[in-house]
Amino acid sequence: MNVFDIIGPVMIGPSSSHTAGAVRLGLITHCLLGKKAIEAKITLYGSFAKTYKGHGTDKALTAGIMGMETDDVNIRHAIELAKQNGLSVTLDVSENAALHPNTARICLVAEDGTSVELLGSSIGGGSIEVTEVNYMPVFLTGEQTTLIVLHQDKPGVIAQVADFLAEEGANIASFYLSRQKKGGESVMTIEVDGTVNQNLNDKINALPNVISSTLLAV
Amino acid sequence: MEFNFDYSSVADIVKEAVRREILLSELILKQQAEQLECSCEVLFEKMKERYQVMKESVRLGSDPDLRSVSGLTGGDSYKVMQRHQSGHSLVGSLFSGAMYRALAVSELNAAMGKIVATPTAGSCGILPASVITMQEEYELSEEKCVMSLFTAAGVGMVIAGKAGVSGAQGGCQAECGSASAMAAAAIVELAGGTAEMAADAVAIVLKNVLGLVCDPVAGLVEIPCIKRNASGTATAFMAAELALSGVRSAIPADEVIVAMKNVGDQMSSSLKETAEGGLATTPTGKNLFQQVFGTEMKDDETVCSVCTGCGS
Repeated sequence: MNVFDIIGPVMIGPSSSHTAGAVRLGLITHCLLGKKAIEAKITLYGSFAKTYKGHGTDKALTAGIMGMETDDVNIRHAIELAKQNGLSVTLDVSENAALHPNTARICLVAEDGTSVELLGSSIGGGSIEVTEVNYMPVFLTGEQTTLIVLHQDKPGVIAQVADFLAEEGANIASFYLSRQKKGGESVMTIEVDGTVNQNLNDKINALPNVISSTLLAV
Repeated sequence: MEFNFDYSSVADIVKEAVRREILLSELILKQQAEQLECSCEVLFEKMKERYQVMKESVRLGSDPDLRSVSGLTGGDSYKVMQRHQSGHSLVGSLFSGAMYRALAVSELNAAMGKIVATPTAGSCGILPASVITMQEEYELSEEKCVMSLFTAAGVGMVIAGKAGVSGAQGGCQAECGSASAMAAAAIVELAGGTAEMAADAVAIVLKNVLGLVCDPVAGLVEIPCIKRNASGTATAFMAAELALSGVRSAIPADEVIVAMKNVGDQMSSSLKETAEGGLATTPTGKNLFQQVFGTEMKDDETVCSVCTGCGS
């Protein structure tokens, strides 16, 4: 957390939890997909499920999925813009009360069939927590420079990624690894201090056994 | 530079500022520059940009023709501004100025305008109204006012860490209450008070908002949120005035924050932003719901169950 999480974000109203936080959840999913989504399936939980329409949460999530930032004046027109841009959005609500009050599950599909699924919560003031990527537990807030590396669970992948980070002089603040099953799809979420070069992300992307690497800049 | 605090306690931050004989704002700016690995100048400029957005939101929000997307609110800031400018306000220039500015930013937010969440959008009027009013009334420098936002942020970070700042988690006490506590600390610094006084002002504010529920009519951040921004601003000036006079809070700020967290945990979820209790379920609240969504809100219904947005 830093001062600009409290004095900020600069955003479009009306609710930082329901609007700005939702834009950021959509935007991270958009970054993870790495290409234009043609289909979005959204499930809302808790307060998101109950009051999304009044707060424009559906518009906010859709805006983020299309790559808009929290201060984009077009957020209020996101639903119409999605239609114009060939993005089909379906929205469901769930009664599951075990999750944080403001939680959404977002599944995106690109034209080539690539897909990504994310579970995250808006925890107040526009801050977020992502707790699952492709059904694997993760923990990321997007408040620090973060790398999300989807990869095959094979020996040596983590070491290679860590080597690249060391070469770049990047200091790892947190490292979280989880996998669907032994030898299956895995995800590492790495928060680093300061900023890193996009070049580093490209190098990780080119590694064998890496499915995709996404750099979330602050 | 070694910093002997980590935003887990207001008392630790105050102690460090006293030890170094610097303002809270300077301490927080220096620590943040180190944490974010950039210069104090860069951080200051970034904060200054946000202060400009705040001023612009007061200007746009006090337009007489401003209306929210739902049509339920807008135009009240203009009324209070008229009275403020007439010089005949009951409570004096500082107070009436603070009131119209708090309403302006909050009404703009409901109209899907651009605001700075401080700490949230629902409470976005309180800190701008407090700091801008201090600048206007006391002819303070822009620099001093921008710096006071770092003090407010430091307080907000402690509250966010110890208790949370979302209405869905802690009720309105966590949203407008936190904003009001942050504003009180900023006002104390702008008025030349000490770091200890700022901490007392934080405690006094939060003691006065404990238990405040989040009960938005029709689930919208409008009724009663907008007027609670005016009230939160009033509370911030009240607490600052007491603290500047040397009045201490019997319960220290850190303990009040924990009490607020406990009260929030004990609060029914129907009173935490779900629009299932409080003002949202009054007869008029339900009528306004119907006015906005075009369907009737029955006793066993929630905002969700009458909405057809998901097609189910």
